[in-house]
Amino acid sequence: MTANTAKGSTAGGAAIRPDGSGGAHVSLRNLSRFFGPIRALDGLNLEIEPGELVALLGPSGCGKTTALRILAGFEAADTGSVLVDGRDLSPVPAARRDMGMVFQSYSLFPNMSALDNVAFGLRMRKKGAAQRRTQATELLEMVGLADQARQYPHQLSGGQQQRVALARALAIEPSVLLLDEPLSALDAKVRVQLREQIRSLQQRLHTTTLFVTHDQEEALSMADRVGVMRNGRLEQVAAPSELYADPATAFVAEFVGTMNRIPGELEADGRVRVLGAVLPVKGDRPDGPADVLVRPENLRLAAGGSGIVTIATFLGSLTRVSVLLSGDVTVQVDVPSAEAPAPGSAVAVSMAEAPVLVTARR
Amino acid sequence: MAAIDQAPAPPAAGRPSRARRAAGQRDGFTPWRWLILIVAGVYFLIPLYAAVRFAGWGSFRSVIHQSGFASSLGLSVRLAAITTVITLALMLPTAVYVHLRLPRLRRLLEGITILPIVIPPVVLIVGLLQVAPGFLKSTPYLLALAYVVLAMPFAYRSIDAGLRAFDLKTLVEASNSLGAGWPSTLWRVVLPNLTTAVLSATVLTVALVLGEYTMASLDLYQTFPVWIVVFDQTSGPISVAASLLALFVTWLFLLAITMLGGRQARRTGGGEVALFSVARRDTGRTS
Repeated sequence: MTANTAKGSTAGGAAIRPDGSGGAHVSLRNLSRFFGPIRALDGLNLEIEPGELVALLGPSGCGKTTALRILAGFEAADTGSVLVDGRDLSPVPAARRDMGMVFQSYSLFPNMSALDNVAFGLRMRKKGAAQRRTQATELLEMVGLADQARQYPHQLSGGQQQRVALARALAIEPSVLLLDEPLSALDAKVRVQLREQIRSLQQRLHTTTLFVTHDQEEALSMADRVGVMRNGRLEQVAAPSELYADPATAFVAEFVGTMNRIPGELEADGRVRVLGAVLPVKGDRPDGPADVLVRPENLRLAAGGSGIVTIATFLGSLTRVSVLLSGDVTVQVDVPSAEAPAPGSAVAVSMAEAPVLVTARR
Repeated sequence: MAAIDQAPAPPAAGRPSRARRAAGQRDGFTPWRWLILIVAGVYFLIPLYAAVRFAGWGSFRSVIHQSGFASSLGLSVRLAAITTVITLALMLPTAVYVHLRLPRLRRLLEGITILPIVIPPVVLIVGLLQVAPGFLKSTPYLLALAYVVLAMPFAYRSIDAGLRAFDLKTLVEASNSLGAGWPSTLWRVVLPNLTTAVLSATVLTVALVLGEYTMASLDLYQTFPVWIVVFDQTSGPISVAASLLALFVTWLFLLAITMLGGRQARRTGGGEVALFSVARRDTGRTS
């Protein structure tokens, strides 16, 4: 685990827990927060295990940033409590919460070099000058910026600044690492590199991490578990694969990945009739007209039928086929590229015998 | 302006001479710019030259030996120091607090701080002398309190511009999350990024106090400007020499600030222009 940080684990052991056992347990209990009439958080409950990276994912205004800021101590909850390793942090000010934070906007102190930025938290903890320098240098090495130690923030690129900010947050050996959309200001290529770097560092240091993002790809690729938020509540918290394959609600289903909406008819026995089949319903049933939600890979194509292939998009091993069904409904179906029908051909679309999510028709 | 009006459209191919001229105009000194520079220079320099001629070189040497020079200058410097300290002590926390916690009040505060410019100093000082308690009226330091009000528009604007040059909220939160309490955050994070703004507020305040006449004379204290006017009846040339010296010292101050601000801007990548324009706007008041 510490093989490539042999240097780092010697003097002072900055932020590096060789046994991999560190990390705090975080518990957000029944958090509510109102901004005037707006309900930013509405009874949020979330447990984060030691060393786990949990991502809060949701559209803007869903309350995910408010949750992170309450954990950081920058906002107070109207009700509920924040526990770290069982200790209630509600009365503890941000400066004493021992949490490293990386911000969305560039947050390095412009009047300090990269090294002094990283050493700032150590200085606040009354560490000696020599120790500060050693530890800060180790952390800059860890994020690959040892050569930029003497440079000022305005001399660094956006990606470099966020890496220094990450090193600075980790320098204090935080019990919890808070990431507030740290990649959103960066361009796509740097974003992918940095998210891999953050994830591997986080796993190596075993730091409990809360990561807030509106980018599902980021959340799914980095997190141990992803919490999808809507209107101040958690819709579902689950591992990325489970969230994708087995979304608990229609909102989660449509927010994560690609989803088809196919008009269905609710039967009196509680099942739903769709594409010629009658299937059990998973979760809530809406009143009135309903759409069935199904992913492109869970639909099947057969030659001959009332559907017409309009577009076939080659995606490598798979081809995504758009099929126009009767009633002006278009669905997308993923098929192995070798079996993809040509545009214009007539096909029948069917789905597997499994419970489906149903939502009110738009 | 003239240079911009004159600038030709992007040069067409096959007209190299015109293209060269366009490039030359963009680079700097065109005849128009020279003309404006000379006219403006003459406008400012002729009165200064006339003053120097009128005073004569001898006056500059004898001015410091005149009775009342040292005491009036000393009083003005003391007033400047007290005013600056009070102004910064009031304005810095206020501006930081408003930026962080009450951003919606910023416009209101801008409006309030402009009031002293709208209200004539005569009105201010006459009103103040009516209501001030006796123990304050008996010292010249009542003037310092009045000067704090006069300096407010300039000090507030400098600091406000400085605070807008960086993301105060994020830096304060970053500092807090790293374990710094309020005193450390203000001292190590906020103030170092406001150096230029604070210096600029200081210079404007000092210049204002060193040049203020109306209030001091109505309060019957002999500050440096009052002394210059009074001494003018004894010896015109020496009084003019004194005001030229004051002007020169203030100008040196401003030059130092500008250079310091430039250095900070180079180091931290920004924040100079707005401050400089604030500083530049007020130089006329000092003489």
